[in-house]
Amino acid sequence: MRLSTSPLRELMGKRDFYAGGLMILLGLGIALKGATYRAGTLMHMGPGFLPTALGILLIFLGIAIAAAGFSSTDGEEQSLLPEHPQWWAWFCILMSPVAFIFFGRYFGMIPGTFACVFIAALGDKTATWKGTIILATVVTIFGVALFSYFLQVPMPILTWRGEL
Amino acid sequence: MIGTALTDLWYGFGVAFEPHNLVFCFVGVLVGNMVGVLPGMGPLATISILLPLTFGMKPVAAILMLGGVMYGAQYGGAICSILLNLPCHPPHAVTCLDGFPMTKQGRGGVALGLTVFASFVGASWGITEMIFLSPLLVKAALQFGPAEVCSLMLLGLLAGSTLARGSPVKGVAMTVLGLFLGSVGTDLETGSERYTFGMTELDDGIELIALALGLFGIAEFMSSVNQVAPINTKYTNVGLKDMRPTKAEIKQAFFPMWRGTIVGSLCSLIPGTGPTIASFVAYATEKKISKHPEKFGTGLIEGVVCPEASTHSSVQGDFIPTMSLGIPGDAVMALLLGALMIQGIVPGPQLISQHPDIFWGLVASFWIGNIMLVVLNVPLIGIWVKMLAIPYRFLYPSALFFVCIGVYAANNDFFQVGEVAVIGLFGYILLRLGFHPAPILLGFVLGPRFEENFRRAMLISRGDILVFVERPISAVFIALCAILIGSQIYFRLRGAKADLEPADENAIGGHVPTELAPQRVSATPAE
Repeated sequence: MRLSTSPLRELMGKRDFYAGGLMILLGLGIALKGATYRAGTLMHMGPGFLPTALGILLIFLGIAIAAAGFSSTDGEEQSLLPEHPQWWAWFCILMSPVAFIFFGRYFGMIPGTFACVFIAALGDKTATWKGTIILATVVTIFGVALFSYFLQVPMPILTWRGEL
Repeated sequence: MIGTALTDLWYGFGVAFEPHNLVFCFVGVLVGNMVGVLPGMGPLATISILLPLTFGMKPVAAILMLGGVMYGAQYGGAICSILLNLPCHPPHAVTCLDGFPMTKQGRGGVALGLTVFASFVGASWGITEMIFLSPLLVKAALQFGPAEVCSLMLLGLLAGSTLARGSPVKGVAMTVLGLFLGSVGTDLETGSERYTFGMTELDDGIELIALALGLFGIAEFMSSVNQVAPINTKYTNVGLKDMRPTKAEIKQAFFPMWRGTIVGSLCSLIPGTGPTIASFVAYATEKKISKHPEKFGTGLIEGVVCPEASTHSSVQGDFIPTMSLGIPGDAVMALLLGALMIQGIVPGPQLISQHPDIFWGLVASFWIGNIMLVVLNVPLIGIWVKMLAIPYRFLYPSALFFVCIGVYAANNDFFQVGEVAVIGLFGYILLRLGFHPAPILLGFVLGPRFEENFRRAMLISRGDILVFVERPISAVFIALCAILIGSQIYFRLRGAKADLEPADENAIGGHVPTELAPQRVSATPAE
């Protein structure tokens, strides 16, 4: 380990530091929220007992993970982002369920399915408008047939709810 | 004792041969086999997608189908490894080492043929083990009080999180997180709400399907999108005739196959060591006892059949603790157990006596399913190979739709669809930070039962925490936990990685991140 850089800065560049930090934060949140529930005694445990204990345990594990990140010098991958970050694709994938909720709720299964597949497919870097539309159409036909007719999922196929 | 087991098995075959059970078993293995071949889809995502479809089914049919998906996928994964050098599913990663060189020599068909056969042998052994060991385990487990159940769960959770791939501390952190997620919702004992933040939709807790599909569906799509290289199908022309091995090849494969089977079944007896570890250990053992270890990696038939037999024997063996104790060894088993719980069946040692149709039907269906797979795999391999060419840009949007509608169908509620997106984002962040999300599911499924038993144990002992070491059986489990943690620390201090076979794992070109890792640019061979 080179001593010229400050140890703190070196730590900041490590993935495990963030991993441990996230666990500490989660643990803190869980424990603090858990403390607002009744803990009870060991014999008659209240609802807050176990979650609070788990939160505290998570804090300690987080510290251990961060500390292990500090001591390890192996050449493991340390960057937080992958080599080629796919912000657009990630956005599309996360928006796809959102579109499904919105269109499915207000317009029914056909628009919901189409929007869900269409938006997700746009995330691929080789996607074309034509190919995406064809894929979304095919999946919609197949999906509606399977889930609505065959499996009887109670979701209107096509509807219009004016009150948005 | 053997007599009762055989009678029960006979009864099981009766259940499994009921026409609709047979159909669902067939559907299960077929779908499993298919997704096993498809790069980028794994048994975990598939089982969670199919889970909502099983709500309307009888419990037996549901579990037969989901079980079929699981072992069907193992057969499919081998095809991917041998013909394409792509470790689609981690257990088959070692199969690539010798399988792909065989393909390059034009012997891929033989490798596949023998793999199918070895898989069948391994699976049969695992099933036999299940038939005779499960009732014994149950007999012991029925003596357990809450304290014993609690410490056994602790052991299972610890083993599941520390023996898996990656850093043990991170694994334990994920388990703890899973246990916490399991406590979200209404507290069963006191009825008070926990961590719902006023959302009534969370009163029933986090939906198992949303959690599984978020972690193993959406998070996985996010990490694979645009990272998947086009597949090289140069060597994939395999016909039926190519698959027939010569007599010499059968002879060469015979003993490695059995050795692999034994290694796999031994591995499955240790909680937490899934098929991945079993296959690595089997390959390493085979290499060690071989007369010509230097030839491994150049296309030796031993290097293919041994890990494959081991994988299958361990997959079936993993059902033993899941079914007889209610303690799953890995995330797939946790999901299957979750499926049973959704059907209203309480897992645990009483399962076999209360629901003999489920247990023995499942055991019998394993055999039927495995025979179906052998029959299916031989003529259908050509079709599977064609399916390999489906590009990822068609796969993941379609799969996303299945994720959305599957989660919706679970409760007919859009809230869960939002849940899956949030969990997916969180799961991807965890993946990037070097966590393996599988133990979350393990903790999540066991969480409520752990809490219940812990409370009961404390109530009985009047709040004395020492009860866990005072009762002998419980003390043994706690001691095993201590040994597990101690050995992890010991190996860490010695500088050796706790992984059983780190050298082999590195030889494949990096870790395969989670259950469903599809082929990545880095894992693609040079040619």
